Amino acid sequence: MVAFTLNGTAVALDVPEDASLLHVLRGPAGLSGARFGCGTEQCGACMVLLDGVPTYACTLPVSAAAGRKVTTVEGLGTPEAPHPLQAAFLAEQAGQCGYCLPGILVSAAALLAGNPDPDEAAIRAALDPHLCRCGSHNRIIRAVRRAAQAGRAA
Amino acid sequence: MSGFDPAAAQGSGTQRLPGSLNGNRRLSQWLAFHGDGRVTIKPGKVELGQGILTALSQIAAEELDVAFARIRVQTAATPDSPNEAVTSGSLSVQDSGSALRHACAAARAVMLQVVSQRTGVPLERIRVEDGTFHGPAGAIGSYWAMADAALLETEAPAEALPKPASARRVAGSSVPRIDLPDKVFGAARYVHDLRLPGMLHARVIRPPSRQAVLRVVEDGPLPAGAQLVQDGNFLAVLAAREWEAEMLAARVARRCSWAEQDTLPDEAALPAWLEDAAGRGETAVVIERAEGGPGAARRLKRRFFRPYIAHASIGPSCAVARWQGETVEVWSHSQGPYNLRADIAKTLRCAPEQVVVRHMEGAGCYGHNGADDVAMDAVLAARAVPGRPVRLLWSRAEELGWSPFSSAMLVEVEAEAAEDGTLVGWRSRIISNGHSSRPGRDPNPTLLAACMLADPFPVKPSINPPLASGGGAQRNAVPAYRIPNLHIALTRLLEMPIRTSALRGLGALINVWSIESVMDEFAAMAGADPLDYRLRHLDDPRAADVLARAAAMARWRERAKREGWGMGIAYAPYKNSGAYAAVVAEIEARDRIFCRRLWIAGDVGEVVNPDGVANQFEGGAIHGTSVALLEQVRFDRRHITSDSWETYPILRFSEVPAVQVELIARPEMPFLGAGEASMGPTIAAIAAAIQDALGLRPFALPFTPDNIAAAMAEGTAEASGSC
Repeated sequence: MVAFTLNGTAVALDVPEDASLLHVLRGPAGLSGARFGCGTEQCGACMVLLDGVPTYACTLPVSAAAGRKVTTVEGLGTPEAPHPLQAAFLAEQAGQCGYCLPGILVSAAALLAGNPDPDEAAIRAALDPHLCRCGSHNRIIRAVRRAAQAGRAA
Repeated sequence: MSGFDPAAAQGSGTQRLPGSLNGNRRLSQWLAFHGDGRVTIKPGKVELGQGILTALSQIAAEELDVAFARIRVQTAATPDSPNEAVTSGSLSVQDSGSALRHACAAARAVMLQVVSQRTGVPLERIRVEDGTFHGPAGAIGSYWAMADAALLETEAPAEALPKPASARRVAGSSVPRIDLPDKVFGAARYVHDLRLPGMLHARVIRPPSRQAVLRVVEDGPLPAGAQLVQDGNFLAVLAAREWEAEMLAARVARRCSWAEQDTLPDEAALPAWLEDAAGRGETAVVIERAEGGPGAARRLKRRFFRPYIAHASIGPSCAVARWQGETVEVWSHSQGPYNLRADIAKTLRCAPEQVVVRHMEGAGCYGHNGADDVAMDAVLAARAVPGRPVRLLWSRAEELGWSPFSSAMLVEVEAEAAEDGTLVGWRSRIISNGHSSRPGRDPNPTLLAACMLADPFPVKPSINPPLASGGGAQRNAVPAYRIPNLHIALTRLLEMPIRTSALRGLGALINVWSIESVMDEFAAMAGADPLDYRLRHLDDPRAADVLARAAAMARWRERAKREGWGMGIAYAPYKNSGAYAAVVAEIEARDRIFCRRLWIAGDVGEVVNPDGVANQFEGGAIHGTSVALLEQVRFDRRHITSDSWETYPILRFSEVPAVQVELIARPEMPFLGAGEASMGPTIAAIAAAIQDALGLRPFALPFTPDNIAAAMAEGTAEASGSC
């Protein structure tokens, strides 16, 4: 049994300790946002926040999350109460296939939590672990800036 | 329906109808009205991340005069969806959009005729407001009150009249994408997210090298509930949990013994291999024209090379399959549900009707990637557990190592210009494997697993579609400039050590680049600006317009020389019949080349969603930048070695150029497609910018420091200059 806090709710799951956090999130935890892209920490599609820090879920044994806070894109916001980043991504139409977006959104959330006014270089650096094949990068950067502005105005 | 005879509304069955409506002529195949105030549209084209479902919904809302939010899209599935073949070639708005526009205009006319007959209000006095019909004295009905499926069980009449361009409000506006909310909230939208009761997880155990033959799988313990599936060289494992399937696949792989052999060319000598294989290939003339003109004073002979390129989707291919008795149901991110169905049936040696293919989104595909292959894998794996759904996901190494690739190519150009610089003649020869091995088109299945079975199917070399359908290797091979004498030949290789198929742009990537590169050299010889030299050879005002617009956006004429920086301009009409794209690129040459800015002008004819088209043009340009600067499939004599993001790098956030896109609106003109137009001109403009910065003209992709230096030496060793 591995127990941790998932998107604000305590969960205890009967899974092997060496199963990857990603497989556990997508399997027994029933979530879809964190995605499998490579399994080797090279694309960022699986990124989640572990105690607020962007972490590759594909290689992390679920036991390493025991007692800690795991946040996925589902934990950032909902259609009814979107996170400023989610609202900004929709406002900028920042995406095409969208497969990379959940990982990018959680990394961007961690960036804004530590730096409410990142410049473009800081955004590019924070998102550099993430691959996007559709070429939505510039829209994504604009969306993060828009969310930062909204956050500072709030 | 009292007073209404569907047969009377029927058009003459043999008249040509727009787009895919021609082959799928009943209105009920395309749309349905519902009593709850919704409309379902049923395109056969599929969402690949390009935003097509939004554009098609806009077209339907416009013609029906209903609020955009009332439109629902029924995802393509066999056997009920219209068969629109493949979602490819930047043809979805032409094929499906034209069909839906006409079908919706026809459906609207059918409904209005019924309400007119029922109420006695003359047709011309009825107007439609958000689906409600209003006569002079108020509301007299609605689509929702008359949502009777029988009314649409009629063939679309040829004379249905869509709205004039000036009346459009929804089509032509930047409506937000309908798929994006799910994607930013992490909803279960992709086939990867499909969870069915009792579903098992499967993985394939790939051979260690190409064409390896499985000798033996040593027996060993399997976890409870796990299974091994083998058919010839096809080997898969099934388990209840995803992590079990993954671990089991690794364990079984260690128990396998394979007979291996060298089957791949020498990567370091790939151009020589292409030349050599061309000697055994099939050569055809693409176009020949001899119209005389002035004598040649300057001649250039150049050779261009590009390596194999991977689709490199961010999500590995995935499918879910479930057998029930003699039938199998497959959920797939294929670009062509009917074609996939055909090839699954061929592989299983059963009737197509025994296979149902339901589309679900995957990650962006950029062409024929592993989506179809993984569907067959899932079908084979699921056959071992009748009644249970099986989800099969490829690994990153399979996605980058076993999907079809875009063919390596050589293009040899010999061109001539008159004393004043005017182009006189252009000869080129293209050497390439075919650019399509898509399923559904050959008597033999082209799915990866089909050649691995105990009773295998042969692998045939890929084909090139004819130029009239856009071409493959020869796509954009005919220069879109005024040249009196032309001779373009294509040699298709008849051996295929590395499986090739369609990738965004197909042969256009190297053809546009090679043409634009030679144009720049002639411009330089004539002492002309590259922009002016192109304009001199263009008769099509729309071509001139996009070039002028891109040049204005980039302040091309005011550009100043900066040490280590360069600018280049390039242009092409995609497929010589599709969207116009002109690109100005600015690059910085450091330890390697960085593309810093792109200015793009496009003309896609009528624009359904301006923001969506801009997104496609920008995405294609960034994709093109990645191909230009970084991408090549690597291999040794047995393996594809570039099977990770480390060995197959693509452009990252830190390297992406700033992009500005402007569209020239042509609301009265036909749709031209948007998805692929910017990629070739971007590569060509980057090449030109490299020459501007360094004085070195690249002749081999990708434009790495080594290739820029080496290909320069090779290129200038050929004959050039005055004759």
